Amino acid sequence: MSNETAFVVFSAIKAIAGFSIMMFMVAYVVLAERRVCAFIQDRYGPNRAGPFGLLQPIADAVKAFIKEDFTPAHVRKVFFWLAPAIIMMPAIINLAVIPFGSQLGKQPMVIADLNIGVLYIFGIASLGVYGIVLAGYAANSKYPLIGGVRSAAQLVSYEVAMALSIIPVLMIAGSMSLQEIVGAQSGGFFKWFVFQQPLAFAIFLGASFAETNRTPFDLPEAEQELAGGYNVEYSAIKFAMFFMGEYANMILASAVIVTLFFGGWTLPIFGLDKPAQTLLAGIAHICIFLSKLCFFLLVFIWTRWMFPRFRYDQLMRLSWKAFVPLALINIAVTAILMWIKK
Amino acid sequence: MEGILFYIISAVAVLCAVMVVANPFSKNPITSALFLVVTIISLAGLFVLLNAFFIAIVQILIYAGAVVVLFLFVLMLIDLNEEQKRRIKFATIISGLIGAGAMIYVIISALCKSGFSSANKNAIEGSPSALGNAFFSRGEFLLPFEIVSVLLLVAICGSIYIAAKDKNKL
Repeated sequence: MSNETAFVVFSAIKAIAGFSIMMFMVAYVVLAERRVCAFIQDRYGPNRAGPFGLLQPIADAVKAFIKEDFTPAHVRKVFFWLAPAIIMMPAIINLAVIPFGSQLGKQPMVIADLNIGVLYIFGIASLGVYGIVLAGYAANSKYPLIGGVRSAAQLVSYEVAMALSIIPVLMIAGSMSLQEIVGAQSGGFFKWFVFQQPLAFAIFLGASFAETNRTPFDLPEAEQELAGGYNVEYSAIKFAMFFMGEYANMILASAVIVTLFFGGWTLPIFGLDKPAQTLLAGIAHICIFLSKLCFFLLVFIWTRWMFPRFRYDQLMRLSWKAFVPLALINIAVTAILMWIKK
Repeated sequence: MEGILFYIISAVAVLCAVMVVANPFSKNPITSALFLVVTIISLAGLFVLLNAFFIAIVQILIYAGAVVVLFLFVLMLIDLNEEQKRRIKFATIISGLIGAGAMIYVIISALCKSGFSSANKNAIEGSPSALGNAFFSRGEFLLPFEIVSVLLLVAICGSIYIAAKDKNKL
């Protein structure tokens, strides 16, 4: 096999594997959400299909596919079909730059290690707003429209805070390539950027809750006030696509948090913070990454069932009057400290 | 391979750009805005073919991710029926033609000055650090960069002043 064919073949394998693992995780994060929320509320949750309800995702998928896919008469048809498709895309495209391991044999465990990886993630993630806005507009009725407008304002505002919050991390790492940012965090727990940049982490975490439309920032789909928000008019598999999109975005947000702040696939014990030389270490790195990822998914789920929702003006004030100024101060302070140390 | 991709992407860009202004199927401004997004993404694709990844992704981040979202935000809230019924006035056509002509003149004169040779191809490549150094080095782009920053600051202050409800509090 020539170098070029090998590259194409291995990239395709990695892309398909990444996509499959992500879809599998989406299915089970939904189940985890329902089970965890049930435990928090002192209920059982879905435990009938299979042991511990583990076959529930299959039952849900079958149900979503064979339900009637109803298109209300007053919707704008093209946008109505487009929106659920768009909502899944950014999370899947962004998978390309996430380093989910060091290397297996000679293959680096990232589909494309761009030198602008972080910017790529922000660029593609910023397209996610179209799915929700279009869904709100396509429905052609008032609650979805309010949901869509809310989400446009919310996502654009929090993108600013999110992008500003990670600049200190990039300054310390000296690179925008995710693999190099992971490399900069090797050699001890306190090298992890969550300990070096706790404020950046706090802002980023808050902003990623807002970007993924999770409580306490889930105003675009606030059930109690908007009857479900932008997805009111959708049914069957189209509704399921919105649902899956939300969880796919959540998985991606967790992956980015792990990579930027928690050392990615590294663990500073047993020499696991260097690129793997053996096959076993390579697999261990992937497992470490996935376990960190699952931990943050649990944090996302747990937060949703513990905290009430913000009011809309509070949400905007938090972004523009707290997150953005704090992030700017953090950049200035980090720059001055780095300059003094030099 | 690159040649074929170039033609596909440019065709998509031009076709969508035409659809932004003259869509035979719908006069809905939201449709135009979405075609604008596709145009912007294909332009980013052209930058990728030139190995200018940074510019490509900034193009998507700023134009597709922020500017057009704000367009949509406004378009969804205003009464579009009024806009769809409006007839195009003669003066609008004239001013549009003058604007487009001036733009074409600028582009063509810039192209003639730099020439069409492929030697310029590498000039557009740039890692983020190279770009940063160019922006903040004296004698390169420091002055234009700072002027643009001041311009943006003025624009921000102006928009806050216009949007403020109680002007005495400012």
